[in-house]
Amino acid sequence: MTERILKNEEKAILSLRALYRRYGYLPYKMSKFEGYDLYVRHKDFLVGDRVITFNDTNGKLLALKPDVTLSIVKNGSGEPLQKVYYNENVYRVSDSTHRFKEIMQAGLECIGEIDLYQTYEVVALAAESLGVISEDHVLEVGHLGILSAVLEEACADRDFQNRARALLSQKNEHDLVRLCGEYGVSGENTGRLRRLIGAAGERREVLDRIAPLCERGAAKEAYDELCRLSAMLDGHADARRIRFDFSVGGDAGYYSGIVCKGFLSGVSAAVLAGGRYDNLMKKMGRKEGAIGFALYLDLLEQIAVSDRRTDVDVLLLYGENDAPEKVAGRVKELTAAGKTVRVQKQRPVRLRRGEEEQC
Amino acid sequence: MLNIALPKGRLGEKVYEMFEASGYECPSLREPGRKLIFENPEKSVRYFWVKPSDITKYVERGAADIGVAGKDIILEYAPDIYEMLDLGVGKCRMAVAAPKEFFDDGEKTLRVATKFPRIAADYYESRGREIDIIKLNGSIEIAPILGLSDVIVDIVETGTTLKENDLEVREDILPISARLIANKASFNFKADEIRRLTERMRERIK
Repeated sequence: MTERILKNEEKAILSLRALYRRYGYLPYKMSKFEGYDLYVRHKDFLVGDRVITFNDTNGKLLALKPDVTLSIVKNGSGEPLQKVYYNENVYRVSDSTHRFKEIMQAGLECIGEIDLYQTYEVVALAAESLGVISEDHVLEVGHLGILSAVLEEACADRDFQNRARALLSQKNEHDLVRLCGEYGVSGENTGRLRRLIGAAGERREVLDRIAPLCERGAAKEAYDELCRLSAMLDGHADARRIRFDFSVGGDAGYYSGIVCKGFLSGVSAAVLAGGRYDNLMKKMGRKEGAIGFALYLDLLEQIAVSDRRTDVDVLLLYGENDAPEKVAGRVKELTAAGKTVRVQKQRPVRLRRGEEEQC
Repeated sequence: MLNIALPKGRLGEKVYEMFEASGYECPSLREPGRKLIFENPEKSVRYFWVKPSDITKYVERGAADIGVAGKDIILEYAPDIYEMLDLGVGKCRMAVAAPKEFFDDGEKTLRVATKFPRIAADYYESRGREIDIIKLNGSIEIAPILGLSDVIVDIVETGTTLKENDLEVREDILPISARLIANKASFNFKADEIRRLTERMRERIK
């Protein structure tokens, strides 16, 4: 019965809570409002740059929160390692209607000393989060450390790097080659970027493909991290569904290291996004590292398959002369048989019912 | 089954020929009639004709796994998709055109009539020029003639329409051609099919 009543996103929240509790993540509850200044200072981190604002009774400018991570980082617990999960509504401008929309979001954050185990746990939980919603899922994992190192070696110009990042995220090889020509990037470095843009798919294959790009410095360090992570993921139940893809990016001013995106079959856009965001921590005056992800549960509507054809199974009509006890008795029988029952005297106009019964 | 959105019109027909030559034919598509959806189960493809400016929406929202859209449409709507391949057909350019006698002294806000407000705004912003955008849906060429705008930002193929309306190209903004685009989720769930198709199409271009 619960299965029939709960919407996809509600079912997902119940399963996700249980999953995160299992790994010792604690619930994080926050106010609907946050000081507007927080978002002004970090507006590049937000998905959109518009927020709903209003004045509190003391004149302070508040906002309906468009994001959860910023609030969690701001209100750090002071523990050496903070592990929290949440499900909250956020308020953002919809890409399609250009109007504000309430979006149900769930996710987790791990803040503190982030070592390889913690990274593995978060990536594995991201895959498992997708798994509890649908068996048919894929988690794409990329590494901004490698991306930044290859770009830096190709051309130090910030404008080039920003444009190249955008093209990499579109897998747009033809325009990337043109851009390299425009900025006088050497043939060898253009070749390296082309190698990176095509790096997507099975983890071992991707690692082999990008190995020549990561022979020294920061790229080598990032590559070693990715190799060890991949080996740990080999033992995970979702191993085959976790792929490497270097089109997964994020604002380099905030994200660093591992980044990920999750997809469910039947949903047209990514339902999960996250990664390592040490740069955001630095910008907010914190020394620790951090990694986390968010799931956009409103998108789950797209996979809602309803086999329901009626509003109620039985419409039970009764008259003035029917004893209430008799009506109650019949309702009890029907509900006990697992049927939904609507009881009233007059026949409703719009109610779609399976059967109709006169008491 | 791969769902492929094709742009209605000449470009769509040309692009379909490329799909056909790459081994993704669908004979029923060539039959006369008003049908918009065609399927070839043998090749696991389903084609549909849609308005060129709507292609990115079909692909972005997953109704089509892949599609063919002009670079102008991709830049204007900035959809969240993968741009897999420059098909090298439907070549033209986005340009600024003005009446021959128009002289821009740079002192007043430039009035720009266009079907592509985002492309026009980005272009002038990069040049630090303040503009007033007038979004039109067609017959852009008459806007400066009737004094509605100072210049237009539009697609130029041969330049004949401009010439016939006493307009001339003043600045080129960017070259345009048709691109093969893919939905980001489909790319994961139909990865092999999409890659195979992309590679076969790439060979056609060479």
